[in-house]
Amino acid sequence: MRYIPLTDDDRRAMMEAIGIKDIGELFADVPAEYRYPDLQLPEPMTEMEVMRELDMIAAENANLREFASFLGAGAYNHFVPAIVDSIISRGEFYTAYTPYQPEISQGTLQAAFEYQSMVAALTGMEAVNASHYDGATAVAEAAIMAVNIQRHKRRTIVVSPSLHPQYREVLRTYVQGMELKVVGDETHDNDFHALIDRCDDDTAVVIVQNPDFLGQLHTPQEMQDLADAVHAKGALLAVSTDPIALGILKPPGEYGADIVTAEGQVLGNSLSFGGPYLGIFAFRMKHVRKSSGRLVGETVDAEGRRGYVLTLSTREQHIRREKATSNICSNQALNALAAAAYLAAMGKHGLRKVAELSWHKAHYAAQKIDALDGYEVLADKPFFKEFVVKCPRPVAEINQYLLEEYGIIGGYDLSQDYPHLGEAMLLCVTEMNTREEIDDLATALREAAASPIRLNLEVSL
Amino acid sequence: MKFDDYIYDLSSPGRKGVDLPEPDVPETPIPEEFLRDDLPLPELSLVQVTRHYLRLSQKNYAVDKGFYPLGSCTMKYNPKVNEWAARLPGFANVHPLQDPSTVQGAMGLMYELQEMIAEIAGFDAVSLQPAAGAHGEFAGVLIMRAAQLARGETQRYKILVPDSAHGTNPASTSMAGFTAVQIPSDADGNVDIEALKAALDDKVIGIMITNPNTLGLFESNIVEVCDLVHEAGGLVYGDGANLNAIMGIVRPGDLGIDVMHFNLHKTFSTPHGGGGPGSGPVGVTSELAPFLPGPIVALNEAGDEYVWKQPEQSIGRIKSFYGNFGVMVKAYVYIKMHGAAGLQQVSETAVLNANYLQSRILQMGDYPVPYGHRFCKHETVAQGKIAGAEGIRTLDIAKRLIDYDFHPPTIYFPLIVHEALMIEPTETEDKETIDAFLDALHAIAVEAREHPELLHDAPHNAPVRRLDEVRAARTPILIRLPDTTTAT
Repeated sequence: MRYIPLTDDDRRAMMEAIGIKDIGELFADVPAEYRYPDLQLPEPMTEMEVMRELDMIAAENANLREFASFLGAGAYNHFVPAIVDSIISRGEFYTAYTPYQPEISQGTLQAAFEYQSMVAALTGMEAVNASHYDGATAVAEAAIMAVNIQRHKRRTIVVSPSLHPQYREVLRTYVQGMELKVVGDETHDNDFHALIDRCDDDTAVVIVQNPDFLGQLHTPQEMQDLADAVHAKGALLAVSTDPIALGILKPPGEYGADIVTAEGQVLGNSLSFGGPYLGIFAFRMKHVRKSSGRLVGETVDAEGRRGYVLTLSTREQHIRREKATSNICSNQALNALAAAAYLAAMGKHGLRKVAELSWHKAHYAAQKIDALDGYEVLADKPFFKEFVVKCPRPVAEINQYLLEEYGIIGGYDLSQDYPHLGEAMLLCVTEMNTREEIDDLATALREAAASPIRLNLEVSL
Repeated sequence: MKFDDYIYDLSSPGRKGVDLPEPDVPETPIPEEFLRDDLPLPELSLVQVTRHYLRLSQKNYAVDKGFYPLGSCTMKYNPKVNEWAARLPGFANVHPLQDPSTVQGAMGLMYELQEMIAEIAGFDAVSLQPAAGAHGEFAGVLIMRAAQLARGETQRYKILVPDSAHGTNPASTSMAGFTAVQIPSDADGNVDIEALKAALDDKVIGIMITNPNTLGLFESNIVEVCDLVHEAGGLVYGDGANLNAIMGIVRPGDLGIDVMHFNLHKTFSTPHGGGGPGSGPVGVTSELAPFLPGPIVALNEAGDEYVWKQPEQSIGRIKSFYGNFGVMVKAYVYIKMHGAAGLQQVSETAVLNANYLQSRILQMGDYPVPYGHRFCKHETVAQGKIAGAEGIRTLDIAKRLIDYDFHPPTIYFPLIVHEALMIEPTETEDKETIDAFLDALHAIAVEAREHPELLHDAPHNAPVRRLDEVRAARTPILIRLPDTTTAT
């Protein structure tokens, strides 16, 4: 059946070798009263039937090949060149396990080492691990690493209120048993001085996002000043960033960040309804022994040829057990491979171009929308590819109009996470959005402001 | 000395890979102060990129290439239809924050997967959010913590972990702020019941138990273990890494397990990707359901629409969005193609293959099998201690297996077996392959006695020879960039 190759003759011969007459004998140590439960599962399908079903399920979802989208907020619709999927679809890559036997895993290992190197170049950092689960868990791991670097003497984590709300949630989930404090986001005051004021001699790390969750950019000088102030208080600075933005923007490694994290989905990974994504994790080399996750290092073989191995494993759970820097085992290796293939294929020129296109299109969209009656783009700071639009009516109603009348997936409704902004949406524009889509969006928004449409309250976020 | 091509060594200034369109909107100048000076990424053609990665891939061993009996990792065949399904535009090109009305297909798939997983293992509720086994485990320990706090049992801080456990168990315990207390195994490889009784008190949160355990053995006292822990006010965590042995045979929830993670990338055939992505859903009893990480998918009151639901006393969100959805699609396809009878046959065959392997190793007599007096489940643990070849270690045997074109088993784990060789054939291997592997094991034992240098120097036929891991750790080189920026 399915993927089982044994014939009846094979089974007979194998049972004879074992000395049993019935396979059930192999399960005699399973408590009899619970053995062979009657599982209530759907009847099995053939490949032909399952493909038909999956085609139908997939067709029930509005996908971004058919719908224009201005949704970002931590997951982004960037271009993925065909070569990326071709590379990660090779069975030699995707059906291998963690490279525990380096002599027959040099493909995985060299690709991971090259990923580490290219991400180091992109972030301006000295060391990069082989991946965490996503941008959120990378932030949590950064906080824990910082506390370890501080030898647990400092136990407060200061977070910016404009760090992604889900990242702050995940951070709090991670540290709930560790007797650490997470502070800084009690108000929506996005000013760095407020964050610095929160630092005291218990502060292990300050975590900010740049470009931040609301799209806004802090200048490299502001970031450097923040780093200096944080360091002066004896704390570390962790920066969550957008790898696409780093195609043009000065990287965190050049303005004093100690740990840099990012959602790496944007580098060649599909949206896939939220995962699998890629947790980028970069840091200063002096902290390497406190870092979490797998690291690939360069070495030589018995004949002096260059080769690659998993290294510094004494930090990890399979060696250090309860004293490990993290419990992580499986990571997002194939997503890191996609990111490496993406960076290699786009290269210096391609990534810069993606960043520039996103910048220009986002700014074009912001200008058009800001000119509409009833809408206002918040532009007290520069932005990269996302920006906040104050709206004349609830965002859910506007988005419903956009979807129903224009087939446009609108922006992220900020009313839950940032109620002080009033009726506001976070719009995202990338190289994938055409001028025509942006013009349609502006038209649709203008109409939505006056449309009599009322929200169907059964459909709620 | 010729080095294989390193990606930056292929780069030439001015060379371009992917071309992008010119802006179709008026340009907005980017303020100078924001701009980076240089972007030190390689400059390559697409032909170079294609060949580079193809050549790298050829240096890998993989399930698609041959037998990969890595114990505890369940390296079964990864069906191609799974890959096809996850890449459908209606899955791959869907944004996680779209309005639920536009993603009912994806949410329905998640809902059905939650239900099927709960049914297979005997639980009342499942969250698909954890991204990997260790992540699900961490969620599980946090759930136990939250449940004990909700019961008012604030004095509890210890988690019992058998000495055969995966390293992630004690590591997850520490991350949740608890103390791991090791419980020894008895002569049959089960948890030592007397030691367990002695360790149980009102400071114990619960126990983390893997069943079948990492010796490949079913914990025949499992019901008693669960009863004892429950009587002491503790909860039982099940490490689901070895679920491939018992689908349709027994449900962990029926045995008294309160919370368990699943490895979709082991049991349910989704690929390991060279280390990830996995997916580590966590299943619980009804008592623990309010504490699950979320959001999870629920049906609305009318039963006609899928909605997001955060369990009432949730430990919180443990990952952005909802989990590794692309991996869930693959597991869904696998379960739908098997049904109840198919999954039972999967487990029966995985166990048959492992016992065939074990009994043949016992018959060969080259390698001790410390628990060979019992039937194993999905894997067996032998020892690389070959009589008459005292200078040979398990590592040498593993490296020599590479020359025979096999991936070595897991080695030096579980820790309680000296010179362990942990072998998991899975159900997708045919008898000829297992026989060929056994022949290689025997041939290596003969070589070990007659030509030990063949083993010491192995592998001989791999892309590289044995690598200097000490050097890598002593002076770590983690990146290599052009010019002077190599960090050491």
